[in-house]
Amino acid sequence: MAEEVILLDHWGSPFGVRVRIALAEKGIKYEYREEDLKNKSDLLLKMNPAHKKIPVLIHNKKPVCESLIAVQYIDEVWKEKCPLLPSHPHERAISRFWADYIDKKVYQLGRTMCATKGEEHEAAKMEFRECLKLLESQLGDKPYFGGDTFGYVDVALVPFYCYFGAYETYGNLSMEAECPKLLAWAKRCVQRESVSRSLPDQKKLMERISDFRKRLGFE
Amino acid sequence: MATSNNVKILGSFASPFVMRARIAANLKSVGYEFLEEKFGQKSQLLLQSNPVYKKIPVLIHGDKPVCESLIIVQYIDEAWSSGPSIMPSDPYDRATARFWATYVDDKWFPSLSGIARAQGEEAKAALIQQVRDGIALLEEAFPKCSKGKAFFGGDEIGYLDIAFGCFLGWLKACEMMNGIKLIDDATTPHLAKWAEKFCSHCAVKDVMPSTDKLLEFAKVLAAKFKAAQS
Repeated sequence: MAEEVILLDHWGSPFGVRVRIALAEKGIKYEYREEDLKNKSDLLLKMNPAHKKIPVLIHNKKPVCESLIAVQYIDEVWKEKCPLLPSHPHERAISRFWADYIDKKVYQLGRTMCATKGEEHEAAKMEFRECLKLLESQLGDKPYFGGDTFGYVDVALVPFYCYFGAYETYGNLSMEAECPKLLAWAKRCVQRESVSRSLPDQKKLMERISDFRKRLGFE
Repeated sequence: MATSNNVKILGSFASPFVMRARIAANLKSVGYEFLEEKFGQKSQLLLQSNPVYKKIPVLIHGDKPVCESLIIVQYIDEAWSSGPSIMPSDPYDRATARFWATYVDDKWFPSLSGIARAQGEEAKAALIQQVRDGIALLEEAFPKCSKGKAFFGGDEIGYLDIAFGCFLGWLKACEMMNGIKLIDDATTPHLAKWAEKFCSHCAVKDVMPSTDKLLEFAKVLAAKFKAAQS
């Protein structure tokens, strides 16, 4: 049976980027459909009634929602090429732990840091810096989080590379000073075609964040 | 039950998250030493083995810790691969089970646990409705997951049964404390049948605390919460 793979996504979503990278790593042909988040399609509402959010991977008409669940699904269905999760149970548990940590912390803390002022901003910034420190020490001197090969945790985190500019500008920090290894790791990941072709246009993203801040009353 | 295999589970009798780890271990006939944390204190072992969150449950296999309850369940399933499978075998069924388990953790449980701390009747009623809405979604999902069998996982308890079923004790306590019914034959017939089977399952019944014990514990929690507020 011919495989039909559709991705409902939004160009700027780091969560969508994860799924794009996984699909590209596995060499899977798919149809990308851009969603207007202010006017969600009937298909999106039907495929993700619980959350009504992107990304949604639709494989042979069956939806898979939540980016990390979709990445694991892709890894399990197309298992012969470029495995993203390691094979040893304990290493798999470690990978899942850090991907989950990234999910709980990075997006929300980064967003709060960039979109608030005063005490709230300072608190988010402090926690965000701790988060970077922890990820930096977890990476250590390894080329990738899983070791020698690009994998699940890298896919979970690398989409946030696009926000480094925003973190520096609005968080008033230097990623080079805070987490040099993480910065080097991100640049290493971007060398991979699957990553460079999946990341959104940086300029467009910064404009979007700037517009968002203006709407909140900044600048 | 097999010998301890040098497996420890750090936890508390009342925590539904800890229960997940214990149910999974029981399903695989993995013997373990249960190290009960003292309420209000965190042991050195806990702080060492879960430095990131400092929370229970933690599974320690040999000298290797595994943290986060759902990650522990998957680890147990993969490390002891000879027992019955906890995860479904089909990747799509696995994705579905993971989706609902994540939904339970991220959306549903915060509403349930918020009820006891709600400020005012309106806030409480809103949370109770959120809990009901979540239960309705799971009631709808049940036949699709179970495919006509007794559990979400089919003939045997699986990942989603464990992820959601661990809250049944607290759910019953919440029903009693608020004089409501959240799962019953009339509104949620699938879940009502499932809940009874789940709670009486041999891997579950010894680790599911009685409603009385939970009600007692709830009083301790409420007192602690009040003290923290003043």
